[in-house]
Amino acid sequence: MRVLFFASVRERLGTAECEFDGEALPADLDALREALAARGDAFREVLAQPNLVCAVNQAVVHGNAALGPGDEVAFFPPVTGG
Amino acid sequence: MHRFCRVQQADFDPAALQAALLAGSGGGEAAGAVATFTGLVRRPPGDEAFTGLTIEHYPGMTERAVEAILDDAAQRWSLLAIGVVHRIGELAPGARIVWVGAAAAHRGDAFAACEFTMDYLKTRAPFWKKEHWAGEARWVEARRGDLDRAARWAGAADTTTASRQE
Repeated sequence: MRVLFFASVRERLGTAECEFDGEALPADLDALREALAARGDAFREVLAQPNLVCAVNQAVVHGNAALGPGDEVAFFPPVTGG
Repeated sequence: MHRFCRVQQADFDPAALQAALLAGSGGGEAAGAVATFTGLVRRPPGDEAFTGLTIEHYPGMTERAVEAILDDAAQRWSLLAIGVVHRIGELAPGARIVWVGAAAAHRGDAFAACEFTMDYLKTRAPFWKKEHWAGEARWVEARRGDLDRAARWAGAADTTTASRQE
């Protein structure tokens, strides 16, 4: 499973993506958030942002969602294009 | 209906894009109206230290999100063609950022589709702007006003649905 980070979230974490597979594969978004939060203060701070957006397979998701091995998850701040 | 969505680093030519839009509008004589919008990198008044923007995007999701907006626009209004071009990367003050064009038989559909597409692009497509000054850079914060502008269209859709049900 690929997890991607963009814009201010990417900069705060110092990484654009990470991978989860095998035993470490989270079953759902809540489990993924927990696994990421265990990686340190920067992750905990980002995940606590009230306006953080989460997308699963390139569609925005609110709340929890089941995850599988081939899924692509992304975390990013509110969009500011146009 | 003719449509296009391009995400690119290169600059674009608004006249050429309008010509492409009209060429795709039923042979060029079916359109009675074309509305276009070009967004530019604005230098804050008197801010000489401002050097421009960097625009980041989420490859793949960006194209999907824009296509979904164009689908939505095509369902709401009677259009002959609609197109979006959005630049990414480093952009200097005055540079073109985004272009939206809508061609229709009548101006009401063209105006509305163009404005709707811009409002949804700003709030639904995964692009992020970072502003740069000499020695400093800052991510642009999402603006309440942009969300309010986009929300107007949800209200409009609800009204249409309600009146149809009556």
